[in-house]
Amino acid sequence: MKRAIRLTTPLTQEMLRELKAGDSVLISGTVYTGRDAAHKRMVEALDRGEELPFDVKDQVIYYVGPCPAKPGQVIGSAGPTTSYRMDSYAPRLIEKGLTGMIGKGLRNADVVNAMKEHGAVYMVAIGGAGALIARTIKEAKVIAYDDLGTEAVREMVVEDFPAIVCIDAEGNNLYEQGKLQYRQD
Amino acid sequence: MRTIQFEQIVSAVEGLCIQANTIIGDDVLKALQKARDTEESPIGQTILGHILENDAIAATEAVPVCQDTGMAVVFVTIGQEVYIEGGALGEAIHEGVRRGYEKGYLRKSIVKDPLERVNTGDNTPAVIHYDIVPGDKLHILVAPKGFGSENMSSLKMFKPADGVEAVKKFVVQTVENAGPNPCPPIIVGVGLGGTMEKAAILAKRAVVRHLGHHNEKPHLAALEKELLEKVNQLGIGPQGLGGRTTALAVNIESYPTHIAGLPCAVNINCHVARHAEIEL
Ligand code: SF4
Repeated sequence: MKRAIRLTTPLTQEMLRELKAGDSVLISGTVYTGRDAAHKRMVEALDRGEELPFDVKDQVIYYVGPCPAKPGQVIGSAGPTTSYRMDSYAPRLIEKGLTGMIGKGLRNADVVNAMKEHGAVYMVAIGGAGALIARTIKEAKVIAYDDLGTEAVREMVVEDFPAIVCIDAEGNNLYEQGKLQYRQD
Repeated sequence: MRTIQFEQIVSAVEGLCIQANTIIGDDVLKALQKARDTEESPIGQTILGHILENDAIAATEAVPVCQDTGMAVVFVTIGQEVYIEGGALGEAIHEGVRRGYEKGYLRKSIVKDPLERVNTGDNTPAVIHYDIVPGDKLHILVAPKGFGSENMSSLKMFKPADGVEAVKKFVVQTVENAGPNPCPPIIVGVGLGGTMEKAAILAKRAVVRHLGHHNEKPHLAALEKELLEKVNQLGIGPQGLGGRTTALAVNIESYPTHIAGLPCAVNINCHVARHAEIEL
């Protein structure tokens, strides 16, 4: 495997252009968390003409619902959740300037089209490696929707968070390429 | 009659919930190691290495292997000579789940109503399957089930004329449709026969079977092997990013069925194949 590219957020349009499907990345800096319920609320807020709980421009959202932290831990296990459940909401956030999403699993055409149109990448983290990933999360605090518990929006500071660029801003898709390469008919 | 105390069951289930969520069994670890050593995709190999590292961290630090600590599925096999003192068996299991998820810092992922969706806050209720058998033992198996993979499961009522070919196609198609979503490498559980709900329970039984064991019926053991090969030819690979290791096992459980039917359920489990059991 190629050497990993170090990325520090915010993730600007210039940085995006360098990222290609299949690249391994190590992400440092601030990332935000959100999954089904938080996305629903964020898009409802946009529908009402309200502000989002954080400015999504050039930011990265990690689809995760972590475990509670044990005493002494920053956060409990925190691996990615399946992304397609956010597909109906993601294009709205991409339009608003979101440039990175981290999750696992397939995305629909609407999301990929929005990524190509506005410039965004979809990165995947290893599903079922939540204990390993939690070690790269150095700070975490809830900044919105506290009542949602594990689904609340958190602002996290990560250091060398491991991920793989799966769909780049041109729409190249490692899920399709990888499968094709190893398929035996 | 043999008496078992309510509290004894509660604390056993509490321990099993924590154990299942933090310690991956040797059978699964061995299968993952073998996959890492044989996987052809470099990305796939790295991923399998990270998964093994993750599982080692979880076991040593007693933290959950995966943040989706699941809905607690509990298989209870109770001897009919067992008497439970101090409360109902079902309540003892729910209470054990409640305490285990609290004390183990496990995620609470259950909503009270499938449409209204308010979290119950303590990961109860569990889904419990009971079997009543001769004897005076109580066997409890806890298998927390994550929904990334549960959501990729499927069931179909075939005609007898559709036969084994339809079953094969359906199993492979279900894995193909799931793609990267259930966090491959996966374990595929197939339930054949019975009625609709029986097939689904058989499929769940099949995913919690220890890896390396095959169906006792030679034709089903052969089908398990054939399906594993077919599934691993799909190219999905670790985390769906391409490779040879899409599944670690295909396990089939069967039951007699009606002259007019061939129910087939496919339950998908991720590599976080959790189950812990105890006999009281
Ligand atoms: S499918 Fe399994 S490994 Fe993936 S997030 Fe869910 S429980 Fe974890």
